[in-house]
Amino acid sequence: MTAGIDLGQPQAQSVRSDEDVVRVRQLVRAVAVAVKLSLVDQTKVVTAASELARNTLVYGGGGSVEVTVVDNGRRKGVQIVFADSGPGIADLDLAMTDGYTSGGGLGLGLSGSRRLVDEFQIETSTETGTRITVTKWSR
Amino acid sequence: MERVPILKIGDILLVSIQLDMSDQTAVALQEDLAERIVATGCHGVIIDITALDIVDSFVGRMLSTIASISKVLDAETVVVGMRPAVAITLVELGLSLNGIRTALNVERGMELIAAAHADELDYQLDDDPDAETARP
Repeated sequence: MTAGIDLGQPQAQSVRSDEDVVRVRQLVRAVAVAVKLSLVDQTKVVTAASELARNTLVYGGGGSVEVTVVDNGRRKGVQIVFADSGPGIADLDLAMTDGYTSGGGLGLGLSGSRRLVDEFQIETSTETGTRITVTKWSR
Repeated sequence: MERVPILKIGDILLVSIQLDMSDQTAVALQEDLAERIVATGCHGVIIDITALDIVDSFVGRMLSTIASISKVLDAETVVVGMRPAVAITLVELGLSLNGIRTALNVERGMELIAAAHADELDYQLDDDPDAETARP
């Protein structure tokens, strides 16, 4: 499964079902292992990816995930983009608050996954949906 | 959809999660366990997560829900075998796993359940008026 991954290319995975969320986790893990993240950092980035991919599915109505190896000259990292064309997030500050949920979840997906990665960027609009980019660097 | 097997060992139901569960599989496990607790009358549930390389908020919530459901059905749930990296990540994610008893391995989990059940039996004996009058 992981043998065929070409790290020079972004890896795409559509998110349309529960099983796709599992596939996103497996893809992110394979790339995290390939760029030699520590075990704890692998676990953190895969957990964050699981939360955000589920958000893409549940709140964004499905979308896509792209995983890329990034290199800033000193370190390598994993960059993941979660994109949906759903309704967008009306109040971003509120949505980023621990424990706030507009659905039935625990309200930890956005706020919690931000703590698990090194860089977290979110663009959202009611017209074009939501796009979240996260990066985890090797130490 | 795949299902997680539930094994009965004496008075305990043992669940060893060996696959990367989809959310549907996690919800099905919750329901299957509730049914098995009632059908078997077991007083303990051990959930072994040694093989899980992540526990996200969905699985964390499933574990809490299973603990609550089993408590209502007179069974104690113990989660065993959490990996160190998973524990570190859970705390940073902000998940506290409230109400969940944990043990390092299956053996200790079984001891915990046996102890909890023995306490409960003592308590019921103390509550029994006949037992009271029988005392000197």
